[in-house]
Amino acid sequence: MTDNGLLSVEDVQVDLPTPRGNLRAVDRVNLRVGAGQTLGVVGESGCGKTMLSRAILQLLPKKAKLSGRVMFDGQDLLQLAPEKLRKLRGRSLAVVFQDPMTSLNPVLTIGTQLIETLQEHLELDDASATRRSVELLAAVGIPAPEQRLAQYPHQLSGGMRQRVAIAIALSCEPRLLIADEPTTALDVTIQAQILDLLAREQRRRHMAMILITHDLGVVAGRTDDVAVMYAGRVVERAPTPALFKKMRMPYTEALLAALPRLDTAPHTPLPAISGRPPDPTRPLQGCSFSPRCRYAAAGCHTEKPALTQAESPEHVYACFHPIGIHAEAGA
Amino acid sequence: MATLELDVAEEAVTQPARKGRKLGVLFWAAIGWLVFVCAVAVFANVLPLPSPTDMDMLERRAPFSAEHWLGTDGLGRDELSRLIHGARISLVVGVCAPVIGLVFGGALGMLAGYFRGRFESLVVGSMDVLLAFPPLILALAVTAYLGQSIFNLTLILGALSVPAFMRVARASTLTLARREFVIAAQALGATHARILLRELLPNVMLPLAAFFLLGVAVIIVVEGSLSFLGLGVPPPISSWGSMIGEGRESLEVAPRLAFLPAAAMFLTVLAFNLVGDALRALTDPRQGAL
Amino acid sequence: MALFVARRLFYLLPVLIAVSLLTFSIASLLPGDLAYTILGDQATPENVAALRRDMGLDQPIWWRYLSWLGNVLQGDFGRSFRTGQTVLQAVVERLPVSIELMLLAQVGALAIGVPLAIVCASRSGGPFDRFMTGSAFGMLSVPTFLSAILLIYLFAVELRWLPATGYVPFTEDPAANLRFMVLPALTLALAEWPGIMRVLRSDMIATLQEDYISLAKAKGLKASRILFVHALKPSSLTLVTITGINIGRLIGGAVIVETIFALPGIGRLLIGSILTRDLIILQGVVLLVGAGFVIMNFIVDLLYAVLDPRIRHGHA
Repeated sequence: MTDNGLLSVEDVQVDLPTPRGNLRAVDRVNLRVGAGQTLGVVGESGCGKTMLSRAILQLLPKKAKLSGRVMFDGQDLLQLAPEKLRKLRGRSLAVVFQDPMTSLNPVLTIGTQLIETLQEHLELDDASATRRSVELLAAVGIPAPEQRLAQYPHQLSGGMRQRVAIAIALSCEPRLLIADEPTTALDVTIQAQILDLLAREQRRRHMAMILITHDLGVVAGRTDDVAVMYAGRVVERAPTPALFKKMRMPYTEALLAALPRLDTAPHTPLPAISGRPPDPTRPLQGCSFSPRCRYAAAGCHTEKPALTQAESPEHVYACFHPIGIHAEAGA
Repeated sequence: MATLELDVAEEAVTQPARKGRKLGVLFWAAIGWLVFVCAVAVFANVLPLPSPTDMDMLERRAPFSAEHWLGTDGLGRDELSRLIHGARISLVVGVCAPVIGLVFGGALGMLAGYFRGRFESLVVGSMDVLLAFPPLILALAVTAYLGQSIFNLTLILGALSVPAFMRVARASTLTLARREFVIAAQALGATHARILLRELLPNVMLPLAAFFLLGVAVIIVVEGSLSFLGLGVPPPISSWGSMIGEGRESLEVAPRLAFLPAAAMFLTVLAFNLVGDALRALTDPRQGAL
Repeated sequence: MALFVARRLFYLLPVLIAVSLLTFSIASLLPGDLAYTILGDQATPENVAALRRDMGLDQPIWWRYLSWLGNVLQGDFGRSFRTGQTVLQAVVERLPVSIELMLLAQVGALAIGVPLAIVCASRSGGPFDRFMTGSAFGMLSVPTFLSAILLIYLFAVELRWLPATGYVPFTEDPAANLRFMVLPALTLALAEWPGIMRVLRSDMIATLQEDYISLAKAKGLKASRILFVHALKPSSLTLVTITGINIGRLIGGAVIVETIFALPGIGRLLIGSILTRDLIILQGVVLLVGAGFVIMNFIVDLLYAVLDPRIRHGHA
């Protein structure tokens, strides 16, 4: 990661007013993505990772309050005029949503949805936009792309739809792609294909990518850096190899332990993380993970740990009793 | 899932906290107007009013005066008195016709929703036939054959409102019949009559009551339209609709003769709509869940 | 799609039969003998009996229905015993007026209701939205004949911009025809737009929260394209539904409006036949309007299929 990264998220905070009080969905998050780099954002449901992606895209619900800075290519997206932001979206900043069943418009053809993006940003005429759409569909592995243009989303399978959504996202050669749980809604057999497609296109086009997922296994071989989120905060951030070699945060460890492995015996129950994430409208005074943490000590319940540096400046974590160091101290 | 976060946000967006208070003032104003109109209509004979049918050819279209508070109409009849007696007709037809719809439509809908099967198909099918005509056309045609009278008018408009009440009753019975308390009653061996009357009726009554008020508003408009066309209540009985119809003739010289009953009718219809809509919002299960 | 049309057509037939049965029974089973009505006060029992025989009124009821239906199917709806004109002639003469009126009214209502709904939905909860939602609710309480009187008073009596009554066929003088049509069509449109606006608005608010709208924004599309293509097209199904539901009211409103503005349409024919007790015309008009209504609803159903690709491809 370089200092002048393509995207830097600085102290971003998202508050949502709800009938039960204020909900802090994202709590002072700092992240960086360099050009051509990939960042994995991992966390359980409701940890704020989707809200973070929506904050970067400036697609939060109207009532949401957003503060901090989202610097993209030297511009603060929060301060950007709506028209400039619009020209950036789809052109330099693209997204693939979780559920291809709901993210494609059911009453517009695949062709319309592809071509409108191309024509909006690249000023192509009808013929070249159509030609380009066919190329894009072929590139994302859709057979008989010419026929697909006239079809509607409901005529394609879920995996095919997600490929279409990826084709739309890639259409204007964006510099950053945000993939928000792109495989969660798909069949297990399709998931790896879609992830590999994303990784391949990311490398080929040299675009930066933020891969958001709840599955630590997904980011393992496919990202340069990983940020683990819990209750709206980044609790551990490291280059991917470093994280898997020596994770510090007990939550990261618990996430990893919850993954099914090939080497465990069949029918062994998975060690699920006990308890539930805290109610985001009732923030805890201490570490948000402390009620579920097996290393939690008295101090964990009263004070919030700040992000601390580990061996390298790239690896930070928020824990008073990090793994490894905790064990060494106990020994 | 990630959608969970969005749900919370949308709930906040679709629930304007101000709505409750704002409706409150209008709601009570509407109730106040309805109480006033009903009271005046009920006590029309006791009030110190000139006769609504006595003509005074020397005082035609007289302006407001101490003797005639709201002046007189084209035949020299007291406008205020005619307005108040007109309220009686509009309210009698407007309330009695939906009662017919409520009783028959409600009963048919509950039975259809509870017993299902062939009976339900028969009820729904025959209602569809009634709905195959534009309602006003059917009302006009039947009035033409039956003859104009308040009784006939009420009967016809009542019959025409049966399908709508049937639909509301059937829809809520269908959902209620699957609920635990009904299934429990069935398991305990309660008779059909007992389940229908003791378990379902009190619950179906709520949405029906809200719909009833909206029905009153619609019927007042339809009665007004028929009377306006001269095909509703027969003269010399005054109804708001026929008064507006008569006032139309003198729109150039005395527009108030059309606008006074028009205002009375608009306010009354609006009041029934407001109260009915507020009740519907209260009884709507979708909104109650929020 | 073909299967869908076939299924709908199959359903259309029993409804049309039911319409004819109901029309016939209204005219036949209700008290008041047609022969007496025709002959009036001077009727002698012999006259009545002779006329009853002539008209087949002494036949059993089912026979009368079948022979009437047979005539109807051959295009013979009977003949006015006052003017001698056949029902079909009378209706065909007046139909263009009513159709023009209802089309203009529907276009007007959509022209008012749709943009308002879109603006309100895109700023839901704001002051403009709250004002318009309140106005629409108020407008729903204004009967057609009331807004007609108000418009006549304002534009014909006070401002003298437009004629209050009268009619010129479109083929004779299009400009004059439209001048006569403005107020009647506007009256009907005023009654229709609140329903359109309210339903479309709440539907659009729901649509605007869909994922595909977020994606359309993320694609950097213009706000106008998002609102009018991505949001309005899915909601146009709702628009078709509400238009379909409103047809019945529109026909009823047209009857009132034609009478008030003295337009020679079907509605005025109907009212006239009631006032002159021209029962053959009345029966014929009721049957034709009923059948027309059923067929219009059928067309709305088909439109639904054309607009929703999921129905068109038989997925629903």
